[in-house]
Amino acid sequence: MIELINFYLIPGIVLGCIYALGAIGLSLVFGILRFAHFAHGDLLTLGAYFALAVATTLAVPALWALPFAIAATAAAALLLDRLFYQPLRARHSVATVIASFGVALMIRSVVQLIWGPQDRVFESGIRPPLIIGDFRFAERHIYIVAAAAAIITLLHVFLTRTRAGKAMRAMSDEPSLARVSGINTERVVAWTWILAAALLAAGGLFLGIDTQVKPQMGFNLILPMFAAAILGGIGKPYGAIAGGLVVGLAEELATVPIGGTALVPPSYKSAVAFVILVAMLLWRPTGLFRGRVF
Amino acid sequence: MSPELYGLMMYAVGLLTLGGIYAIVSLGLNVQWGYTGLFNLGIAGFFAIGAYASAILTAPEVSSHIAGLRLPVVLGLVVAAAASGIVAYAIGRLTLRLQSDYLAIATIGVGEILRLILKNEAWLTNGALGISAIPRPFEGLPPPWDQFAFLAVVALVIALIYVLLERARLAPWGRVMRAIRDNETAARAAGKDTMRFRLEAFVLGSMIMGLGGGVYAHYVKFISPEAFEPMMTTFIVWVMLVAGGSGNNRGAIVGPLLVWTIWSVTEFATLRLPPEWTTQAAYLRIFLIGLALQIILQKAPRGLLPEPTVLSSVDKEKTAGPRARPSR
Repeated sequence: MIELINFYLIPGIVLGCIYALGAIGLSLVFGILRFAHFAHGDLLTLGAYFALAVATTLAVPALWALPFAIAATAAAALLLDRLFYQPLRARHSVATVIASFGVALMIRSVVQLIWGPQDRVFESGIRPPLIIGDFRFAERHIYIVAAAAAIITLLHVFLTRTRAGKAMRAMSDEPSLARVSGINTERVVAWTWILAAALLAAGGLFLGIDTQVKPQMGFNLILPMFAAAILGGIGKPYGAIAGGLVVGLAEELATVPIGGTALVPPSYKSAVAFVILVAMLLWRPTGLFRGRVF
Repeated sequence: MSPELYGLMMYAVGLLTLGGIYAIVSLGLNVQWGYTGLFNLGIAGFFAIGAYASAILTAPEVSSHIAGLRLPVVLGLVVAAAASGIVAYAIGRLTLRLQSDYLAIATIGVGEILRLILKNEAWLTNGALGISAIPRPFEGLPPPWDQFAFLAVVALVIALIYVLLERARLAPWGRVMRAIRDNETAARAAGKDTMRFRLEAFVLGSMIMGLGGGVYAHYVKFISPEAFEPMMTTFIVWVMLVAGGSGNNRGAIVGPLLVWTIWSVTEFATLRLPPEWTTQAAYLRIFLIGLALQIILQKAPRGLLPEPTVLSSVDKEKTAGPRARPSR
């Protein structure tokens, strides 16, 4: 039982937090801009590399680099939207999905050009885990979960207390009604990108702290993030948080050996997200929180 | 013939053969995206299914995985198309009733799952070691005739698919497809079972991609999971079709030949760079081809050879012919 908590439950929650940070933005972009944004994972990669660059050049702890990474990733997201998505949006082109797929590869090639293909780490060396009774907590896991919880609380305040946040939820819930009530669509779009990029920079930083920073790190998350967004209901930020945690926990818990054999062999761990995705599309495409279906 | 000229000729033959294989895959994507507006981001997956299906059925016996059936290549290719079609049918049934973005998400998943299967199910696919000594038709001929003969096989396959797809495009089936792509509500109001038609287009397109994968396996004679970098294969086929002109089958052949030529000639050029620049140049090429896609999507969305807007011969007869009745 203790092993279950130490080796599966805690890593599952950490992974779930990272998925949630990515899935919130993915869900909002899908809900507000109406397209599946395939460059979302690679934008997370970019955020992680920005954080790494700041942390190594200024020689500060990884978490201190977060504000810089957020600013840089948000600027990158706004630039990408202006250059590649906005022109197609203005023409109502369905090709935006393909454009985002192309943007994903462009981001990755830029990352590889600047930082090279090799894996990087924020800090090397192994720190002893915190032992409380029988529980073992890795220090990084504690502050990843705490920081993710703080960011999600800030997100909640933003979405419920600010004009921009309320406008964003209105756009996501009922776009035509939002437009006739005088909401500035392009401003909401800009806020959506800034919010999504901020969450991605945090997600990228946390994933980089937990594992390594590498060029494919974000693309490998695209399926779990989509699964989480669809599970939570497209356009529902709170649904995406729940979805992220469910997918992260499911991936870890499905590989728990029960009587010698696991439900899912560890080598097929990354298939779990796909199974959840397909199951949701089959039984409940609106997601658990009744999001939109296009 | 001087050795340089001979080398250049063989390079051109190889270029045309691989470009032609991409053209087969691109024709498959054209049925899905060009005709019907279906987003398939799992092209590499369907391509790999075809390649492995045909390779497993035709390769000589080895102890490490199931092989040694040594079936004829033609049968291997038929199974390649069929296996790809079956997977496409299952995925299509799940996702085609939703907006095409969901199909794109699900097909990316197919590519991922397939990569896992190729790596992990060594009894079937020989895992990371891959399958070698896949037979190539006409490999017994003296060079360069073996290469020429295989290029002829590729050309024949393209010609067959082209004729089939052109007939389908001009037939009522093709008209329903365009109707679904341009206005699905209207197509449904006209009594068309749009779900069934979309499924047919998705399965047909994936079968052609699987066939392309089979032809590829027999050309390169060795396949392994590394050969199917999912993002890159899928992406380059999209660039090829969009550049050539989606909706136009001739564009779906010209685009791949052109893009593949540019891709491979620039690769050839970067190989002459100092070694420390070679990897950098590879990333720069990917970036530039991504940028090219964005420019085409924005500035020339109809591609090199735009989709023909002509009506089918039947329509022409009806509207312009002497016995035309006034339309209501």
